[in-house]
Amino acid sequence: MSFGPHLLLATLEGLVTAAVLALTALGLSLVFGVMRVVNVAHGEFFMLGAVLAWFFSTLVTGSPAVGFLLALVLSPLVVGLVALVCERAVLRRLNYDPEATIVATIGMLYIIQQLALTFYGPEARPVQAPFNLRIALPWFGYSGYKLAVIVASIGLILATWLVLTRTRIGLVMRATQFDRETAQNFGIPVDKVYAAVFALGAMLAAVAAVLIVPIQQAHYLMGLDPLLLSFIVVIIGGLGSLRGTVVAAVLIGLSDGIISVFFSPTLAKMIATLLVALVLVFRPQGLFGQAAR
Amino acid sequence: MTDILTINKINCFYGDVHVLRDFSLTLRQGEVLCLLGRNGAGKTTALKAVMGLVPVRSGEILLGADDLARLPAHEVPRRGVAYVPQGRRLFSELTVAENLEIGLMTRGRGGDTREAVLALFPVLRERLAQRSGTLSGGEQQMLAMARALCVEPSVLLLDEPTEGLMPSMIARIRETVTRLREQGVSTILVEQRVDAVLPVADRVAFIENGVNRDVVDVDRLRAEPELVRHYVGLG
Repeated sequence: MSFGPHLLLATLEGLVTAAVLALTALGLSLVFGVMRVVNVAHGEFFMLGAVLAWFFSTLVTGSPAVGFLLALVLSPLVVGLVALVCERAVLRRLNYDPEATIVATIGMLYIIQQLALTFYGPEARPVQAPFNLRIALPWFGYSGYKLAVIVASIGLILATWLVLTRTRIGLVMRATQFDRETAQNFGIPVDKVYAAVFALGAMLAAVAAVLIVPIQQAHYLMGLDPLLLSFIVVIIGGLGSLRGTVVAAVLIGLSDGIISVFFSPTLAKMIATLLVALVLVFRPQGLFGQAAR
Repeated sequence: MTDILTINKINCFYGDVHVLRDFSLTLRQGEVLCLLGRNGAGKTTALKAVMGLVPVRSGEILLGADDLARLPAHEVPRRGVAYVPQGRRLFSELTVAENLEIGLMTRGRGGDTREAVLALFPVLRERLAQRSGTLSGGEQQMLAMARALCVEPSVLLLDEPTEGLMPSMIARIRETVTRLREQGVSTILVEQRVDAVLPVADRVAFIENGVNRDVVDVDRLRAEPELVRHYVGLG
């Protein structure tokens, strides 16, 4: 394959990575933005989404599309419920203290991971894609499902943006994000908003996992990479900034795809980490974040 | 006049610091009560205690049959108590319209309330789509009051609303407080400057080191300016 088609393939692969990463990082960014909680267990909600996707898809025999759709609906709901329990049982009791919640979410990370190992096992298990469509390009054939992942992610990100900017629920979330105390002065039940946001953040990670699991396979240790990449994305984009998260995810996803294809995945990770270091030195608030006043 | 809000022997702490000590205060229906005291006397803490933002360790804050001290903070404004905090604390990244919307949502008020509030502060109508953090200081104070009035409060708590404003804006705030009194809204006004409150207040309550002292009519205060010198340190 010549350079042009090779680059196109790398770009497409990068866009798939970016799409899934943007969804995952959006959840992390939302939780930090509204609650000021650095959720170290975010990758485990991703993993749980993938593992549950495998479980739900195996409940249905016959059409893989039905099993996948079942997973796409139920898996985020169950993960959201788990997140809600974690929020009520742990984070709320810590009064959302930034330092204490970091330690607590590290604990949650290990508990969820070990529960997955106990009940799901150490094997990597595949989930069948809902359809097998190969799109024939002049130079190579490409998975129609992967393109569907990109479209679905764009749709979900747009829906999240619309909810945040065009609905009353979004207004309540933004008000809570800007000033918790004043939000209470106007009847906003901040602890309920926090619970909803934490569940929503986990659900976004779970949806991303369900979308990727026909490409990657579900495994109990698969949460680490999305967690690290999500941190990289939200630091570069600016913590709490939806626009920054999407732009940084595309940047990191594309560079990951292209550098991995032409050089090596290790080099791609090194460059992403270097980018984070540069952003932290020269623009600590991230590309689209606001400097602390 | 009947009492609308009764603060009865409340005690509040910041850590180990005892800020309010058996503090009591009564607000009558439709009056403007000014709370005067030196810096750090506990004026802001008293307002925050009413709003549920500072825990009340003992005592009660009665609004009708409700003890506000036992309610979660977000339930207090739903009972018709609105608060304009010191420094305004607008949602500076949100637009003027969105700030007002937050106020309206508190008790499910709609377009009529919004129109009534905008009639009080017509300049805000021209700024509805503007980010509130970009307004001038005076406009921000108007928005802070407008947002609180969107709650349609029966009790309004104002914490140093004239701080840092030019004289014409201070006059505008006074005029608004007077008009609200005519509409039956009861107001607790916290100020440090006595000249800012005399034209609008019905009674003045003094607070010293977290303890309530004299409560006097404005007429008596005019006649006995040494009271102000004693509690606030200037006349």
